[in-house]
Amino acid sequence: MSISIEHVSKHFGKFQALTDINLEVGSGELVALLGPSGSGKTTLLRIIAGLETANAGVVRYQDLDMTHSRPQERQIGFVFQHYALFRHMTVFENVAFGMRIRKTPNVEVAKRVKELLHLVRLEGLEKRYPAQLSGGQRQRVALARALGVQPRVLLLDEPFGALDAKVRAELRQWLRQLHDQMHVTTIFVTHDQEEAFEVADKVVVMQGGKIEQLGTPQEVFDHPANAFVMDFLGNVNVFHGRMQSGKVHLPGFEMAYPEYDHDVAQTATAYVRPHEVDLDRVAPNGAAMQVKVLQVHPAGSVAKVRVQSEEFGMALNIELSLDRYSELRPKQGEFLFASPRKVRVFKPADDYVI
Amino acid sequence: MSSNRRILPGFRLSLGVAITYLSVMLVVPLVVCLMEVSKLTPAQFLNAVWTERTRSAYYVTLTTSFYAAVIDVVLGLLLAWVLVRYEFPFKRFFDSLVDLPFALPTAVAGLVYSSLYVANGWYGRILVPMGIKVDNTNLGIVVVLVFIGLPFVVRTLQPVLESMDADVEEAAASMGANRSQIFWRVLLPPLAPAMWTGFSLTFARALGEFGSVIFIAANKQYESEIVPVLIVSRIDEPALTEATAVAMVMLLMSFCLLMAINYLEWRSARYAH
Repeated sequence: MSISIEHVSKHFGKFQALTDINLEVGSGELVALLGPSGSGKTTLLRIIAGLETANAGVVRYQDLDMTHSRPQERQIGFVFQHYALFRHMTVFENVAFGMRIRKTPNVEVAKRVKELLHLVRLEGLEKRYPAQLSGGQRQRVALARALGVQPRVLLLDEPFGALDAKVRAELRQWLRQLHDQMHVTTIFVTHDQEEAFEVADKVVVMQGGKIEQLGTPQEVFDHPANAFVMDFLGNVNVFHGRMQSGKVHLPGFEMAYPEYDHDVAQTATAYVRPHEVDLDRVAPNGAAMQVKVLQVHPAGSVAKVRVQSEEFGMALNIELSLDRYSELRPKQGEFLFASPRKVRVFKPADDYVI
Repeated sequence: MSSNRRILPGFRLSLGVAITYLSVMLVVPLVVCLMEVSKLTPAQFLNAVWTERTRSAYYVTLTTSFYAAVIDVVLGLLLAWVLVRYEFPFKRFFDSLVDLPFALPTAVAGLVYSSLYVANGWYGRILVPMGIKVDNTNLGIVVVLVFIGLPFVVRTLQPVLESMDADVEEAAASMGANRSQIFWRVLLPPLAPAMWTGFSLTFARALGEFGSVIFIAANKQYESEIVPVLIVSRIDEPALTEATAVAMVMLLMSFCLLMAINYLEWRSARYAH
């Protein structure tokens, strides 16, 4: 089932949580609402679920206006960050809850609960109470319970936020698989960009109650719409310089920037991702600055090198592939040349400051 | 030095103090009671504790205490719910009012209630013409016992209610449960252990209540005499040993009842074990 959000706004007292949000989620899509805390992502999810009511705007399921219908009427599955399991009920009764409310016959309840527990790989734990399960198991019970009502939409609020890193990585892969099997329209909230990119078909980046960018993970990562998105989606090195007559002058190099062709100079900020900087012993042809190696951390999937440009008084974080690292073997205190491969400059209109 | 040294400090000292306290304050007085009672022959003992008058007193005490405890659990749940869930003016003031019965001499409560419910009292003026007599009746005993016991239930339930997350209710709502289904299936069951605790505290407190009851009840033998009043009147005779025997029986009955209630409480919380 598709969902459309039209001009939705929400405030809590004086706090404006959402401002004129428009969003379309296609049937069977898996969408991530991604943003820092306070960005309004959870509020938006709760408005879709009917747990909050929008102050303005319309929420549609398919073509039906659901803005003012209660959560009970929406046939949704909602998964909470802290599981929200019924602690006085066994795993079986938790999963069966929605069916019991719908007065499903016992035989069918038993059959469906069995299927669902198989789906979430918790067979044999029917008689346990939530207190006897690990965090990952609890969240899977919560998911089975949400699926028990055969929801038209599955909504998850930071579902893996309370779990440790390893369980989290496992569960998000598994959520993706599950979605590929069931094709239920799914929206989940996260502040973890890695999680959003790994699981979702489409990512909605939010900040300050507004949508900053919407697109596939690839689109959003490769073409961040503004400085906020660029910064939020990973580590960045920031260069402060100025722009004038179609050019940007940055410490160590300059580049063409046709978007700004005024004669009046303006401050400019450029962003470079750590893995988009090269290090070399000989000065390359293009833009480069001489830097001194401060620290080298080769442990991990990439080698992290921290360097300092003494000329410009700025430090850079650089990530080298392990191959490149073993070729170059940078040593602490050594002088090298750093050259950015890809620089992004955002117009000052974005008025975003790091 | 034992190889399994305890990390928590002060184990021996605190256990020692606790055991000493329990001995001095509870065990020794109980033993003295037993010694007093042992002066009686079995026949004398039976004569003291199992007469029409004592049976009636046990009955009045147990039934009024039971009704009071049931009413307190319902009222206390409501009060605790309001105090935890809603914001309203002077909430802190009302919250501290709950503890008043703890601090008030219970005789004062008995006197005040009695004066309110007599035929020309503020409540009595309305209730007596309707045929509801509270003063000088067993209903009066229940009323004062409700007053005395309420804070036990409220103070037991409050922290449990505070620890309950709203997301459980939201989860139930998202699965289609309506308000009454949420209340009966989701909210009430986790409260059950605390409600049993509140019930047993109120019940136990009511069994021993004396000061307020003598002022509002008629204290008539075979009708409205509670066990504590009976014990005092036997002491006045003076029949101290017989009075102690009655007290022992009352103690035993209370102990058994409280054990039974604690078992129910434990069972209702089995999901947490």
